[in-house]
Amino acid sequence: MGWYHHLNPVFQDVLNALGRVLLFLVPVLILVPGCIWWERRFLSWMQDRIGPNRVGNISWSKKSKLVPGFLKGKKWHLRGLLQPIADGVKLFIKEDITPSTIDRTIYFFAPAVALFPAFALGGVLPWGPNRNLTPIADVNIGVLYMLAVSSLGVYGVVLAGYASNNKYSLMGGLRSSAQLISYELAMGMSLACIVLANGSLRLTDMVQAQMAPLWGYVPFLQNWFIFTPFGFVSACIFLICMVAETNRAPFDLPEAENELIAGYHTEYSSMKFAVFFMGEYAAMFVFSGVFATVFLGGWNLLPVRWDALGHSSFVDAMVWMNTYLSPLWFFGKCAFGITTYIWIRATLPRLRYDQLMSLGWKSLLPLATGNFIVVAIWIMLTKVYGPAVGWGSSLVALFIVFGIYRAFMHGPKSKRDLEPRQIRLLDPSPRNVTLVNPEPEVTA
Amino acid sequence: MDVSQLSPANLGLFAVVGGVAALAAIGVVAFPSAVRSALCLVVNFFMLAFLYFTLNCEMLGITQIVVYTGAIMVLFLFVIMLLNLGAPQALIERRDLKWIGGGIFGLALLVVVGSQVLQPLMKVTQVKSEATFGSPQQVGLTLFSDYVYPFEIVSVLLLIGIVGSILLAKRRMQ
Amino acid sequence: MNGVPLFAYLSLGLFMFTAGVVGVIIRRNPIVIFMCIELMLNAVNLTFLAFARYMPAMIVQPRGLHSATMSGQMMVIFVMAVAAAEVAVGLGIIMAIFRLRNNIDIDEMSLLRG
Repeated sequence: MGWYHHLNPVFQDVLNALGRVLLFLVPVLILVPGCIWWERRFLSWMQDRIGPNRVGNISWSKKSKLVPGFLKGKKWHLRGLLQPIADGVKLFIKEDITPSTIDRTIYFFAPAVALFPAFALGGVLPWGPNRNLTPIADVNIGVLYMLAVSSLGVYGVVLAGYASNNKYSLMGGLRSSAQLISYELAMGMSLACIVLANGSLRLTDMVQAQMAPLWGYVPFLQNWFIFTPFGFVSACIFLICMVAETNRAPFDLPEAENELIAGYHTEYSSMKFAVFFMGEYAAMFVFSGVFATVFLGGWNLLPVRWDALGHSSFVDAMVWMNTYLSPLWFFGKCAFGITTYIWIRATLPRLRYDQLMSLGWKSLLPLATGNFIVVAIWIMLTKVYGPAVGWGSSLVALFIVFGIYRAFMHGPKSKRDLEPRQIRLLDPSPRNVTLVNPEPEVTA
Repeated sequence: MDVSQLSPANLGLFAVVGGVAALAAIGVVAFPSAVRSALCLVVNFFMLAFLYFTLNCEMLGITQIVVYTGAIMVLFLFVIMLLNLGAPQALIERRDLKWIGGGIFGLALLVVVGSQVLQPLMKVTQVKSEATFGSPQQVGLTLFSDYVYPFEIVSVLLLIGIVGSILLAKRRMQ
Repeated sequence: MNGVPLFAYLSLGLFMFTAGVVGVIIRRNPIVIFMCIELMLNAVNLTFLAFARYMPAMIVQPRGLHSATMSGQMMVIFVMAVAAAEVAVGLGIIMAIFRLRNNIDIDEMSLLRG
């Protein structure tokens, strides 16, 4: 490919970047319908029913001349894998109803603005060790980039709610954006704990740091941050915030079908609704990718350090798999994250709006801040006294922080708030109550 | 200006990004509807973040997106939309004679400052700081060692802002 | 990015600042006036950073400040923080006034006029 080397280096960089974008974007675009299919099948399996399994079943005819010989009479049971494609076709050909009193420009741009952060977040995720292929942009502000892009996700919701010129959509949009900015804080704080422990905002550095020995000691296990005490707390907080940021159950009050019609995307039909839908699943995917990168060791397969285990052919095979099949493991971890999303959706009931805001501000943010203090204590004590004292003291500090949190949030005063409401009658003397319509006696 | 120092590709990129930012700035002032002004301001802040990236200040650029575009403008849009629920026609303005006076004043400001401040600086094209001066490590080191007192005072200021806005938002106790 | 003259950034900053000033003079909606103030603050931020890159302060040591080369970026951080606090309180004030009078036209708020 001689023409490549004759180009301006600027254009070479642009072509490189385009190639990396395609390498990431095409699998994501193919996996989003797969994610939809998996959601419907897995959700229905958890709800003890069979999901869509009819679309795509092909029975090749026995008599037609167009069918090759080895296929005559065979049945291909695709188990509903083409269902998302059928959904897409349906959404395409549906009638596009546009209300007449909308704000046209904003109505037109809101789905695009909602879709943009979902894909833009994938720009910094490393899915392999090869720096020429991934990530798309190895910026030294990787973690902050994730926070910035997820804070841009508020605009799609707000603009969609506003442009519909519909009080319920507007309220749905405003409530949803209030939820999004509340959970962004706890998410940022939990990521800040990991960044503080790591010393670098770069995501490739974060994956490298997770390939170090576990807790600094154990030579043959990897230091995935979810296995460290403060990392575990951060991971739990990040998981909850992740579910809230993508507006998924149990945080899906803004798009609850029985509360606000359909919330901020009530007035959007067919293709624009499909764009919102796709944006939600792409955001699920990418946030799972962020979780995998920061807490689950990125593109590594197992938390095992193969180079500390000597040189056998098994170890060499595992090292080869870890290096060259890394996109599989990364997308596998994303799939695990999506399964977690679906599992949570199937299990937990929807949170009421005040419960949702109280959870974000009064529970998660103080916990994340306390975790931050624990990380600071860990760093200081590890520098002065060594790793053992550091880990021990961080565990003790975690218990203290959690104890303080329990004392404040679940102490005696708040228990009083949870008791059933007491109704005091004006006249507390016992009265004989007779039914207005007593049950008629059955006469033969 | 030393023309050999200029790079046309980078100038073109600046022209595009800066042009969109300038048009958005005009849009903030010109649109009669408050929501469109706010959205133009969002575009302006976003383009400014890109300009900060070209100035090698990536930490401040991403902070611009998180703080300004992601929080402050969302707050503006909230308030505009909540007021829209109350009095939809209160936010559309009409044209006035003030526009002429304002325009003349703006032009005068542009000409005066441009001739006195910008004219002597037209020849500066050399970058005098190193490429990593805007990295998070540098900004963090400076902020927490040399500028730690202003940092603490600003955090107290933000606390005062929080308390003040909560007090303002409370309904009056009857 | 190399090859862009300082004049370009400064002229964009000046243009944005002028647009902000004209907006504050012309507009009657206090929220839009607030947004023009934010526009001015951002123009100033851009100017600070442009100077920080092209003409950074030489390393001086007044009263213990060891490195003045980063002072431009520090100013921008503080401007951003102060602007955030100002927006929060200011929008609260506007909401309170709106709740009281149901009208936010700035030309009507002339209680102190003699």
